[in-house]
Amino acid sequence: MNPWVLYALSGVTVFSVGLVGLFSHEHPVKRILASNIMGSGVLLVLVSLARREPTGTPDPVPHALVLTGIVVSVSSTALGVALARRIARLDETAEEGRAGSDAEAGGGAG
Amino acid sequence: MNPTAWMAWPVVLPLAGAVLALLVGRKGVRVVAGLASVATFAASVMLTWEVATRGVLRQSIGGWGPPLGIEWRADGLAVLMLLTIGVVGPLISVHALDHLGDREDREFLPLWLFVWCALNALVLSADAFNLYVTLELMTLASVALIAVRRDRAGLDAGLRYLLFALPGSLLYLLGVALLYGVYSALDLGLLGQRITPGPVAWVAAALMTLGLCLKTPLFPLHVWLPPTYTGAPTPVTALLSALVSKGSYYVLLRLWLEVFTPILDWQVGQLLGVLGAAAVLWGSLLALSQSQLKRVVAYSSVAQIGYMFLFFPMATVGARTGAVYLVVSHAAAKASMFVAVGNIHQAVGITELGGVQGLAYRMPFTFLAMALGGISLIGMPPSGGFIAKWILLEESIWTGQWWWGLVLLLGGLLASAYVFRILRGSFLPLPPGVKVRSIPLGNELAPLALALIALVLGLVPWFPLELLAVGTAR
Repeated sequence: MNPWVLYALSGVTVFSVGLVGLFSHEHPVKRILASNIMGSGVLLVLVSLARREPTGTPDPVPHALVLTGIVVSVSSTALGVALARRIARLDETAEEGRAGSDAEAGGGAG
Repeated sequence: MNPTAWMAWPVVLPLAGAVLALLVGRKGVRVVAGLASVATFAASVMLTWEVATRGVLRQSIGGWGPPLGIEWRADGLAVLMLLTIGVVGPLISVHALDHLGDREDREFLPLWLFVWCALNALVLSADAFNLYVTLELMTLASVALIAVRRDRAGLDAGLRYLLFALPGSLLYLLGVALLYGVYSALDLGLLGQRITPGPVAWVAAALMTLGLCLKTPLFPLHVWLPPTYTGAPTPVTALLSALVSKGSYYVLLRLWLEVFTPILDWQVGQLLGVLGAAAVLWGSLLALSQSQLKRVVAYSSVAQIGYMFLFFPMATVGARTGAVYLVVSHAAAKASMFVAVGNIHQAVGITELGGVQGLAYRMPFTFLAMALGGISLIGMPPSGGFIAKWILLEESIWTGQWWWGLVLLLGGLLASAYVFRILRGSFLPLPPGVKVRSIPLGNELAPLALALIALVLGLVPWFPLELLAVGTAR
């Protein structure tokens, strides 16, 4: 077995781990991380493909694809995290609001 | 001007408009976005004219041709999509201006221009990796659009959409990586020449199809669609259903038409057809059983997407024409229905199906639009939906697969049931005590214009059909 096939297979394994993680977790941050792991798996496959030329010269196209892939992955992660953060903050203010009204209803018993 | 130079404008103009619209203040955003929309539409029309008179146009980005560089290609299918986006999108945006608040309006317009730019780039791409990048651009801009109100429902819907779209595009990318690994090509034309039936081609085709079906979405991967469509603001839902979901379907169609043709076996076609048929029946039944107006229209999208997958078992030029015609007429008809739902929500603030009672008398244009859009969804003549289903029905008989025709007819019956359920309520007397707010005339006319397009597509089908034939290899 060529070493690049081994690398590509491990890339596919990483991808599968991410895919399972994405659909088995509820927490948004865990799911975003899982999708990141999936992305890394795909990029690993691409990187391993670039080394397979028989002459030993690496193929530049997969490198360009990996760089673009990293940019896309960073952007989508940032967007996901921004959304998750805003949802968490909305929940926090909602909880504080509820706690505040509870304290008022209690008539300052504490 | 060099004819291929027209190809860059439908992508450059909305991009420039979006950036400018972000930079100018609150006052200028409508002017900038309006000018950018007119310019983009004009560029799309010019490109269509060039393609209609000269045939297929190609452009190598940066002067690097395939196999190293990226090629863009404008054929009849691509320019028909450009025109659809250029007509349906701005009409939805006109409605969005009054539907959303002032702050949202300032953010909606640049984001919509980004989506427009991504969609135009997507339909012109003829390179598997470029298609991935444009798909992601479209997804990211759409997520931002879904969350434009920054309320809990919208944020949840945006995050859910992102987390389903990401694995979809990564599955697609893994397929691209496999294809590149074996055939050393990304250009769709080159891939189509080099591909041979074998395990790698099958796995790549399966991964890419699965990813794109997740994004489109095809039954049974549609679970994210109803909550996302319900959580997003109504004009955004209209954009998602009418245009964004068609982006990934377009990639799927291109792949199977140009790359995977040698491996589109009878069994593969039947499998995709069965999933499509299940989507038609199950989606229609769910639409029929919903009590919320917006959910009826959302589940109807699941069903209508199902029809588009009936292309695969037939796999003829005629079936392709029917599927694309359905894409175009569904874009107009479904956008009109979602925008009409937005109007109803704005007028009475009720989303329950019972809330439409008596509204046909107060909002005649909205309900006329709903009825005309419904006619196209059902597939009654004269409408674009009728022409599309007629072509598909004919093909199902020609290819000796009558059972798909049965699905088409049954789906039409179910569609008429859920459309009439909405319309029936609207003609009952207005219950006392209901306050109907008046809505701007522009908002009433936008869905009507969209519905009329769906109608005209049925009355004058020759122009789009001839355009679609430009560059059809088979």
